[in-house]
Amino acid sequence: MNQDTVIKAINISLAFGGVQALDAVSAELKKGEIFAVIGPNGAGKTCLLNCISRFYTPQQGQLFFKKKEITKVATHAIAKLGIARTFQNVELFKGMTVLDNIKLGRHAFLKAGVFSDILYFGRTRREELKLRRDIEENIIDLLEIEAIRKKVVGTLPYGLQKRVELARALAMRPEVLLLDEPMAGMNLEETEDMARFILNVNRMWGVSIILVEHDMGVVMDISDHVCVLEFGSKIADGSPREIQENKQVIRAYLGDDRKTYSRL
Amino acid sequence: MENEFLYFMQFLLSGLSIGSIYALVALGFVLIYKSTSILNLAQGEFLMVGAYVCLSLTLDYGLDFFTSFIITMVFSVLLGLLVERMILRPLIGEPIISVIMVTLGLTYVLRGVVIMIWGNDIRQFNVFPEQPINLWGVKLTYLYLWSMGVSLLLLTFFAIFFKYARTGIYMRAVADHQTAAQSMGISVKRIFAISWCIAAVVSSIGGILVGNIAGVGVDLSYIGLKVLPAVILGGLDSVLGAIIGGLVVGVLEFLSAGYLDPYLPAINEVFPFVVMVLVLMIKPYGLFGTEEIERV
Repeated sequence: MNQDTVIKAINISLAFGGVQALDAVSAELKKGEIFAVIGPNGAGKTCLLNCISRFYTPQQGQLFFKKKEITKVATHAIAKLGIARTFQNVELFKGMTVLDNIKLGRHAFLKAGVFSDILYFGRTRREELKLRRDIEENIIDLLEIEAIRKKVVGTLPYGLQKRVELARALAMRPEVLLLDEPMAGMNLEETEDMARFILNVNRMWGVSIILVEHDMGVVMDISDHVCVLEFGSKIADGSPREIQENKQVIRAYLGDDRKTYSRL
Repeated sequence: MENEFLYFMQFLLSGLSIGSIYALVALGFVLIYKSTSILNLAQGEFLMVGAYVCLSLTLDYGLDFFTSFIITMVFSVLLGLLVERMILRPLIGEPIISVIMVTLGLTYVLRGVVIMIWGNDIRQFNVFPEQPINLWGVKLTYLYLWSMGVSLLLLTFFAIFFKYARTGIYMRAVADHQTAAQSMGISVKRIFAISWCIAAVVSSIGGILVGNIAGVGVDLSYIGLKVLPAVILGGLDSVLGAIIGGLVVGVLEFLSAGYLDPYLPAINEVFPFVVMVLVLMIKPYGLFGTEEIERV
């Protein structure tokens, strides 16, 4: 396998009863890339992300993270490998503060055991203080959420919750970030902010990103590579420019040429 | 007048000591409900089994009370793990109602096993001195004071544990959102196991305390039923609610026994349930429970 490949999916197939959600999809994410997955509703984009983050187990095919096969790895172990994700509908721990949510992203990596944890002593204390400083200095600054870090998440507006979710994923210091519709339901200004954050994370931290998004403007602007799914099959794969000119993609989104005209 | 007040204080303090034991058991209920959304109907049986093990070690094997207490705690951890691993883990993903029915089945199994091993008699611990001490005219036995002390200590410990300890935060995270917790690298199965262990431990501590007060018999498991209104009163998913609910039920029981019993015999057994129904009519999610609000 190529040295630069971070995530590789080979012939992934996933079916729910009679519904073929993914049909022999192969894809490859290279180091440092922003890789967009687009497609009409129900095309299987989120299913693909769920396979990579191990919420679903594909019936066929293999998944690799760098050189390690992850097709059968336990769900919670994925985080430790360096794969973080956000969700389509914000899935934060609503009763906790922003800072607690973000800290949770890092906790799985800390080494202190349950007992020193209960006593808040020695290793736990040192780790906790270091973690706090790291989060404050890097992540909270980067995402411009200083003002809300002590607020309870459930009380925040949607756009900010999305940002907190990204912060929580970043706290895991991931090599790969899976973003499921980070701009969904945002206004223009919030979308631009989010695009800026994603680019910063990609450039400054060197995180490779898989992005599922419906906002075509954003996708074409920030991604290096675009993959198009329709009814669970991959119909195109290439640079944003190639995709924009691809006949099959245009048909998937807008319908058949002739039919479109005949309807007019 | 002076006498009236002393009476009241007597009922109140006795109620608070029993109530703090209820609160402890209620904590077990809430813990399991919060992290796994299962209502564990076998909580009372956990309590009974714990009391029996401790009693048997003290009386039949002649260990001193403290040693048998520690061994019982270890036993409860194992019991919690066993139940979680053997019975509940295979049921992950099944409808909640069937899982709750399974815990109901578990109550009969545990009760049966206890009768098989230890028989049906009620036995006494007799480890604490009987004579009461006098607190400004209110008479309380050492047992009641110990119960109150131990329970309050444990409840404070767990309150801090959930709020600040990392494992406690994981438990809240899992309760809040399982898939998100998994993607943070938290093992949901491990958290489930920890919840069951803690629930088993706190209920058997409750069992040992109540067993000391009332004697150890199979009927001890009905404490589980008494704690249920406490939990529902406080809100099924609130630790603070469980504590307050437990105390309220204990106090109501003693006050109703003291003041209403001459007119309505045995009212103390049902009075907590009556209050529970009244509270639920006004606040359907309990006093401190979270209301499920879906934003559309």
